[in-house]
This record gives sequence, structure tokens and C-alpha cells, in this order.
Amino acid sequence: MPAISMKVNGEAVCGDVEGRTLLVEFIREKLGLTGTHVGCDTSQCGACVVLVDGKAVKSCTALAAAHDGADVTTVEGLARDGKMHPMQEAFKDNHGLQCGFCTPGMVIASIDMVNRLGKNLSEETIRHELEGNICRCTGYHNIVAAVKAGAANM
Amino acid sequence: MDNGTGIGARVKRKEDHRFLTGKGNYTDDINLPKQTYAYFVRSPHAHATINKIGTSKARNMPGVVGIFTGEDVAATKLGGLICGWMIHSKDGSPMKAGPHPILALGKVRYVGDHVAVVIAETREQAKAAAAAVEVDYGVLPHVVDVADAMGHKAQIHDVAPDNRVYNWSIGDEAATDAAFKRAKHITKIDLVNNRLIPNAMEPRAAIGCYDTGAEHYTLYTTSQNPHVARLVISAFHGLAPEHKLRVIAPDVGGGFGSKIFIYAEEVVCVWASRFVGGRPVKWTAERTESFLADAHGRDHVTHAEMATDADGKIIGFKVHTKAAMGAYLSTFSSCVPTYLYATLLSGQYNIPNIYAEVDALYTNTAPVDAYRGAGRPEATYVVERIVETAARELKMDPAEFRRKNFVTQFPHQTPVIMCYDAGDYAATLDKALEIADVKGFAARKAASAAKGNYRGLGYSAYIEACGIAPSAAVGSLGAGVGLWESAEVRVNPVGTVEILTGSHSHGQGHETTFAQLVSDRLGIDINNVSIVHGDTDKVQFGMGTYGSRSGAVGMTAISKALDKIEAKAKRIAAAVMESSPDDVEFKNGTFTVKGTDKKMAFGEVALSAYVAHKFNSAQVEPGLKESAFHDPSNFVFPAGVHIAEVEIDGDTGVTTVVNYTAVDDFGNVINPMIVEGQVHGGITQGIGQALAEGAVYDKESGQLLTGSYMDYQMPRAADVPSYKLGFTCTPCPSNPLGMKGCGEAGAIASPAAVMNAVTDALGVVDVPMPATPHVVWKYMQHLKKAAE
Amino acid sequence: MENFNYYRPASVDDAVKAAKAKPDAKYMSGGMTLIPTMKQGLASPSDIIDLGALKNSGIAVGATVVIKAGTTHAEVASSADVKKAIPALAALAGGIGDPHVRHKGTIGGSVANNDPAADYPSACLGLGATIHTNARKIKAEDFFTGMFSTALEDGEVITAIEFPIPKKAGYAKFPNPASRYAMVGVFAADTAEGPRVAVTGAGAGVFRASALESALGKGFAAGSLTGAAVPAKGLNSDLHASAEYRAHLITVMAKRAVDAAK
Repeated sequence: MPAISMKVNGEAVCGDVEGRTLLVEFIREKLGLTGTHVGCDTSQCGACVVLVDGKAVKSCTALAAAHDGADVTTVEGLARDGKMHPMQEAFKDNHGLQCGFCTPGMVIASIDMVNRLGKNLSEETIRHELEGNICRCTGYHNIVAAVKAGAANM
Repeated sequence: MDNGTGIGARVKRKEDHRFLTGKGNYTDDINLPKQTYAYFVRSPHAHATINKIGTSKARNMPGVVGIFTGEDVAATKLGGLICGWMIHSKDGSPMKAGPHPILALGKVRYVGDHVAVVIAETREQAKAAAAAVEVDYGVLPHVVDVADAMGHKAQIHDVAPDNRVYNWSIGDEAATDAAFKRAKHITKIDLVNNRLIPNAMEPRAAIGCYDTGAEHYTLYTTSQNPHVARLVISAFHGLAPEHKLRVIAPDVGGGFGSKIFIYAEEVVCVWASRFVGGRPVKWTAERTESFLADAHGRDHVTHAEMATDADGKIIGFKVHTKAAMGAYLSTFSSCVPTYLYATLLSGQYNIPNIYAEVDALYTNTAPVDAYRGAGRPEATYVVERIVETAARELKMDPAEFRRKNFVTQFPHQTPVIMCYDAGDYAATLDKALEIADVKGFAARKAASAAKGNYRGLGYSAYIEACGIAPSAAVGSLGAGVGLWESAEVRVNPVGTVEILTGSHSHGQGHETTFAQLVSDRLGIDINNVSIVHGDTDKVQFGMGTYGSRSGAVGMTAISKALDKIEAKAKRIAAAVMESSPDDVEFKNGTFTVKGTDKKMAFGEVALSAYVAHKFNSAQVEPGLKESAFHDPSNFVFPAGVHIAEVEIDGDTGVTTVVNYTAVDDFGNVINPMIVEGQVHGGITQGIGQALAEGAVYDKESGQLLTGSYMDYQMPRAADVPSYKLGFTCTPCPSNPLGMKGCGEAGAIASPAAVMNAVTDALGVVDVPMPATPHVVWKYMQHLKKAAE
Repeated sequence: MENFNYYRPASVDDAVKAAKAKPDAKYMSGGMTLIPTMKQGLASPSDIIDLGALKNSGIAVGATVVIKAGTTHAEVASSADVKKAIPALAALAGGIGDPHVRHKGTIGGSVANNDPAADYPSACLGLGATIHTNARKIKAEDFFTGMFSTALEDGEVITAIEFPIPKKAGYAKFPNPASRYAMVGVFAADTAEGPRVAVTGAGAGVFRASALESALGKGFAAGSLTGAAVPAKGLNSDLHASAEYRAHLITVMAKRAVDAAK
């Protein structure tokens, strides 16, 4: 059983995992960080997206063992000093979430989008870049508005 | 009070902070000490006898704690799953409900049917052992298409030799036939309402635990109505009396109807806990299981005819629908294609004669039950597609044909039970025409044509009946339960308020909107109000959230409890201020005595109620807590006009919704931001139905071909546009808040709007849903051939 | 999924050694196809040899474009060098999967897996790339041998892909509406040896469309493709598209690829 250690939300963590243990299982079950969700089994819904070394990845399609030494940020690690990240704020301000299940992945994916493409995002770009994240509640209308606003405030 | 948080304000949601910071508490987030994991053995066949289930190999696998089959369930006398709405055929016979065992007994009836459960120390161990359970099946003929089901050689239930559950009718057949005889024109259409898979993003999950000491069960579950789950599991399955069973539905990640129903898996978890020594049993559906075993939606095949007179007035409407029930009758399935469907066939129109007949049929597929809109999207699809077609055939402008036939006087009794109470359909139409810039459409169509593309415009003037429902009325129609709602208002001594509601929020934002009502009524800070729901031990009772009922029914119950709070608080304030309760007025959170400068803040009265020093407890009880049950006197009738504009790529057949306008009349609105969000989501699900989503079972093998997101197209962000919304308002007269319902309207209206636009673009009567690029391309090929 | 032994070798040699020692071992690069395949129970290797620690990523542009096997789709898509030398290749990489997949998925993994609906094989075949392995160099024509099958020997590992720089090239994809994999993807290149057109998603594996190549011989312009078609016979036919529709889309996408060519 490989022993792994990584930094999650700024804290050093370690644990024993099986080869098959997925990163999302490690995060949810070993670390108890249940903000990262699993919404499908074919790597498409994006509810499990976290930042690994600053880049958005699907934690349901990543082996925990392969992330020994990685720096992981989950939705729990976005707020600073009790204040939500501007993208989190923007989702709230623009009603970019309803049931909240896809939300952690959406927010992380949106932050990653801004990190890659900058603050000035067109509606078309935002919609295209959200290809890896499925939401069943909002119809995306307010998510697009949230990402636009959140990007401007990042 | 602060105008910023009252009724009508765009209050930011109170629940968002926890969801946005990863602190939501969904069922799968909960882990209990000594928890075990369940994995279900499911049928690989559409229809088969179970000759033998061999579990010995699996029992010896690592970590296995228990394996149970239908016989084990039967041995404990646990009752099967039920359908709670009795429908009678037109010949008076009751519907033919076949048995629905919690784990299969002797037979499986669809791919994914629950055969056995394996409980193990870990999820992976349970899954591995489930694969080692050996089931000897005797494969039987199957039928998966509702169009083929009637009298098919695959007989699914003994009680229904021809696979027909019921043959139900509504309306006056003779009068409708007579109207057709006088008709100037008859429009005919054949439509398929495609089968959908709900796909709430949170898969279903459950943790069942049995406390061996207290002999008490607890079930954590992804439910839209935990009290109904407790009632059914207790009264019908007979697991335990209600006081020995607690059902908790914590944060629930979307429902859309699919989490109303009482399913086998959840019942198994709570039942099996007792047989694994009281250890908690946890099950979380893999998405593949959600596809296979969540109740699906729609799946109708319909023939409809509409009669019009020389003046372009609709004089008669006849509908025949075959509705798939799937392999078993799910909890509320039977009412969906009957009372939730055919009672809306009058649409927004004054149609004097309507007759509809519905054959509900078993098929070897997952059960079909209510999915966002439940019956009303199907009704709207039939009405709005045929109305559009009639207008085209009569060479009338589709908007004006609708206007000519609109109901304009209220109340309006339709020939199909419903009595519309309020509306202004012309006003919503006018507003929609303006927002959608219908005047500019011809130029946009020409521009598309110049690029080799097709462009079309489609209307959907929907009406729906929600805020379900008056108990006596639904009882007379066969419902097994009443559809009132309950609420309790607990005022704490410091003046903060807890609302306990039987409604359940799984995305609708009740923690905010319900608090807005309280903030508005009691004049207190919205942050001093909390909403408690989803726990049968906390909330006295409830009927849950579906059918866009939580505003019109759930909030009215709260409002009634608040009336009682105000009345009692006035008596307490009167005693403290040494005046008569009749002279006490309450406004903006302050009690005043008429003609004096005496006043008390709400919080002071609350404290006085609990301190109880200043009034005679023999005359006024201490404390400030009231409850209310509200049973609505009528359905509520949201209505609106949606206009879709599509462009079809002439090379590929890809249909893009380029403009979408929705003008809705929801009566009074508590929080426009949340209402808009509901509309956006509903429209997208409807666009999904129209252009993308369709559950497909293979005719030959009976397998579900669309069993994952690899094959079932969920609408993604780039598949839909931003929407243009407008609102009109005719307050609902049947509840004090004047509210209608907004949760389903988008999904009800949009498929017809989109498909009217697609057929307008191509100049054909019908294109089947989902109008995928492949489907549309095939139609374009026909058109090109026809043109040659 | 079934459990497996996990290795993370630090060198290609170690990786090959480990693979040769375990007959049921599989290499994993980004894991974007392998992990979902294992989760569905469609593959249960005894051992996973993760190539992630090889740090074998990077792009070198000279007379050809050489992309090391461990280079992610995101890195290819955003590479200024690739955008300049073969813009179609950067665009193709930028359209694989979704942003999260592109952060993990690698060119070597995609090419080695040879999913019939993957994008990269069409670029390899369309440009006449050479696949470099630990043992040899293989021409794309010889490399892709059918559905999920390649010329790689047991234990052989891709180290880099070398692309000749065309005069111009374009890629157009019609995604499967559900999975977003290519239902039809066409890579069209105007090369020193003449036009090359490679099609993915439509058949059992990537293939060159000779009918379209000869049509483009009249001139590398979309107009040359009018009337040209790949026969439907032998193309995939499924829930999402018939063989006839795929055949139709091949010509449409080929025109779009040529139109987009830079």
C-alpha cells in the first residue's frame, strides 16, 4: 500500500492508499473534505474538479498515489481569513447555484479558467470553457453571469 | 422592516455560503461509525425468470457482512413498493398493479431490476462480491417500446395479460365527436414524447441504521419528501411504526421529481441494518445505476386531432395517448399521464369539447414517474404542437390564432376538470412578442438563409396546474394521500425564529424565500430566521416538495402559522401594556396600542411570552409557538408564453437555440432572483428534451443504450443561450400570498416552443424529439430530395 | 475498480523493465482514458506503470515539431511554438476533452491508446508523423493498426511524436453530442508530398480519405471537395449517427478543416 503525502489546502497531509484509490476518494474519505463531489462514473460531470499544482483536474480520474507530493486545493481551501474567494462571492451574488452539488467543481473550474485566460471573458468563451462541468439546476444562465463577474473581481 | 429582505426582494441566498465553501451536508458526505456498504446485484436482462440465486461463493469473499435476496425480504414480511394513486379504467375496473418486490422474487422485469444486495466492509468489497453472486436466469421475451406493448407476447405482470395498466378517459366523447362533425377543418398530429432520465447531479444515496437498544430505525436519504418516505416505509412496507422510524433528508443535490419516490435501495439499506447487527448500511448510486434505476420521465405516444370552425375557433380536441409505466408502477406514476396530464389539455384556450383517452402500459424498462412538470410538459407538448400546426394549416399567424382562442374570462371551467382562477394570456403574449422581437424575425431568417441555414420561430403558450393540491379533490380522483402542507413557527425568547416546514429544499432556496416571508411579516432581520426541514424527528409532518407546491402550499402554511403567532403575540403585548388585544396593532416589527404611545418590539413580546411574569397564564399560555396545516382550495395556474428561435446548420443539421424568450405569470413573487433561476433551469431541461436527451432501450436486447453521459446528452453550457425573461402578474386568488408556482414552468413550456421552431424552420409538421443533428439531417435530406 | 500494483518509475528504462516483468501491466500516462476504462471494469491490469514521474514533456521546433510523449494537451494547445509552426495541431489539442482533461491527458497516451474517436491520431496520420519509442521510430501509417490497436510491442513505450511542418493544415471536429469525443474529425494538410486527409471518429480507427486527398489535388481549397465523398460502407453506425451521416459529415468537416487551414 503506497504511503503518500501531499499539501491540501495549505496543510501537509499523508496517508496510505491502495493503487486504485482515486484522488477524490482520498480527499473525501481519508481527509473528510466532502466539498468535492462525485456526480458520475465516466469522467464527465466535473463535480469533482480540484486544483492540482494550480491546474483544474478531475479528481475522480486521478490516482491518489500519482499525486504524492502534489499541492491540491479543494473548494474548502478557497476562502481566505473567513472571506470567500471572489469567484465564490460572484456565484452567490449572481445566483449561480441552486442545489449546490455541481458548485464546488464549477467554482474551481471557473477560477482555473480565469487563471488561464484572464479576467476579460466573453460569454462564448465561458460557455465553451465549462464543457467539462454539468449543472442540472441553473440552466447555466447565472453561472455564466457569475463567472464573468467573478473573473472581473479576481 | 428592512425592505431589502422582504417579499419581492432579490435577497441573496442564505444557504449559499455552505454550498460554496464545501460545507454542504449531502447524504454521501455522512459517515457513521461501523458503517458498512451495500452494492446491488442487478438484472442484466430485460425480462427473465430467476431460477436460482447462488450466494455461497460471494459469501466467502473478503469483507462480506451479509447477502440478501427477495426471499430474505419476504421472510421478514416486508411489503413491496407501492403506487399511491388508484386510477380506474373507463369501464370502472381498478388499475392492474403488479407486485413490486423490494428485491426480485422469481422474476426480473427490466435491465437494472434489483435482485440481491451485498453488504460488506468496503464499497469495493461489496461490489466485488456482488459480481460473484451467481444468478441463473431464464430469459423471457421482452418489450421496451410503449408503442408495441399492448398485447405483446412479453407479458410483464400476471394481473395485466395485455400489459395494460388502465384504459382511462376524461371529457365528453359524444359531444366532442359531434363538434368534429361540424368542424370546418381538422388538424391531426402524431407525437412522441421522448423518455427522459432525470439526472439530478447528486446520485441517490442512503444510510440505514437500526438501533438495537431502542429498536429504532434511522434512514438518511436523498428525498424530496422524507415524511412521505417514512409514512410509506412504515405503513406499507411495515418496517416499523412511524415513531420507531426517523427519516432524514439532509442537503439534497437536485431532485426534479426523481427523489420523490420510495425506491427499493433506500428501503433495503434501512431494513438490512437490523440484520447486520445494527451496523449502518450505506449505499450511494453510481451514475450508471442512476441511469438504470432512477424513475424515468415522459415516454408517451400520442395521436391528437383538433377541430376548428370557419372562424378559426377551436371547437373540439381529441387525444389518445399510450403512456409507458415501465416494468412496475412507481410511487406516483399512475396519476402522471392522467390527472396531471389530460386535465391540462385545454391549454390557455377556450375549447368547449375535449375528450382524451389514455392507455397506461407496462414495458420492460425502468419505471416511469413524475419528472419536472410531470404530465404537464406532455400536455403542453400536445396542445402547443397541434395549435401551431392548426394555425399553419389555416394559414393564420400562430400568435394570432392563439390569441383568438385564449380564455379571457375568469374563473374558467374547462371540460377537463380544471377551473382556471386568474390570468391574462394576451398580456403575456404581447410582452413575449415584444421581447423576442418577432417583428425582426423575417430579416433574421433571410440572413440565415443567405448562409445556407434554416431559421425558425416557435411559440408555446403553456398553462399548468401546480401548487398541488386540494386533498379532497385529489382524494376523489384516487390519491392515497392528502396534499396539504404543515408548518410550525417557533419564536425563541430572544425573538429569533425557527420555521419548521414539511417542504423540502433541494435547490429551490427555501432557506431564503421562507425567511423572507417571516422577515416581512414579523419585521425582523432575515438573519434571525432559520428554516428547518428534512427531518421527521424535528418537523411534525410534511408532504414534501414537488409539483411547484412549496410556495403556494408550503408558504401559505407558514403564513397561517404566522397569523396565529401575531394573534397570540398581540394578546401577550396587550397584557404587558395593560390594554385590550383589540387595540394592539402590529406593524414593522412593533406592537403599539391605538391612541397611546405605548409600544413593544417583537423581541420584547417574545421574551415576555416566555418569562410569563406579566400575564395571567390561566388566560394566555406562556410561550410563542404555533403550527398550521394548509390545504389549498384549488390548484394554482401559472401560465405564460415562451418563444424559441432556432437556427439549423444547413450542412450538419445542428440546431442552435439562438434566442429564447420566456414571459411567465407566476402571480406574486417572493424572490425574483430565485424565480428567474428556476425558469432558466426549467427551460434548459426542456431544450435538453427537445434537442439532446432521450433514453433509448435497444429493441432487440432490451439494454439501455443511453446508460451514461457518454451516450445520454446532458445540456452543457455551450448548448444553450442566455435567456430573455419577462413577467406579468395576475395574483392567485386561492392563497393569501397570491403566489402561483415557478419550478416547472420552464420545462413545461420549452419543448413545444423549440420543436415548433424546428418544424417552422424546416417547414415540416413534425420532427421527433430529441431533434439531434442526425435526426434533423435526415429530415433535411428528405426536403432536399423533395425539392429535386 | 479492481486493485493493482502501482509503480512510478523514474526512467524510461525502469518503466520498460517493469512492464516486461509483468505481462498484465499497463502504462499510464495522463490516465484520462485508462482510469475511466478501469472504473467501468473494461480493463483490469495487474500493474499500473505510471509514466508521470518521467517528466518527459516538452516541445522542440526545428525542421519538424517534436513533442515529447508526456506533454499534456494543454501544453500543446498553449505552446507559442506549435501555434506558429502547426497552428492546426495546437487547435486540435485545445479541443480535446475539456480543460480539466487537457491538464492531464498527454499526446503519448492518446496516440498509444488509439481510441477510434480520439483527435491526435488524425493529426499524426494527416501530417505523416513519426512515432518515437524507446526502441525505434514508427511511421504513423504503420503505427495505427485498428481500433485501440497499434504497432507497439509489449513493453514498448512512446517517447515522442515528430510532426513534419506542412504548408498549411486544419482540423475540424464534429463532436459526439453526448461524449464530445469526435464523431467525425478531419485533419487536412497541404504537405510537401501533396494533400493528406485523415479521418477519426468515423471508422474502426483513423484512416486516410483518399477520395478527398485526390479531390484536393486540384487545389487545396474547400471548393475542390464539392462532390467528393468517402463511401459510407464500413463507417461506424450507432445511436448517434448512421454511417451515411458520418460519410456526409466527413466531407463537411473536411471543407471546414481546409477553410480553417493555416
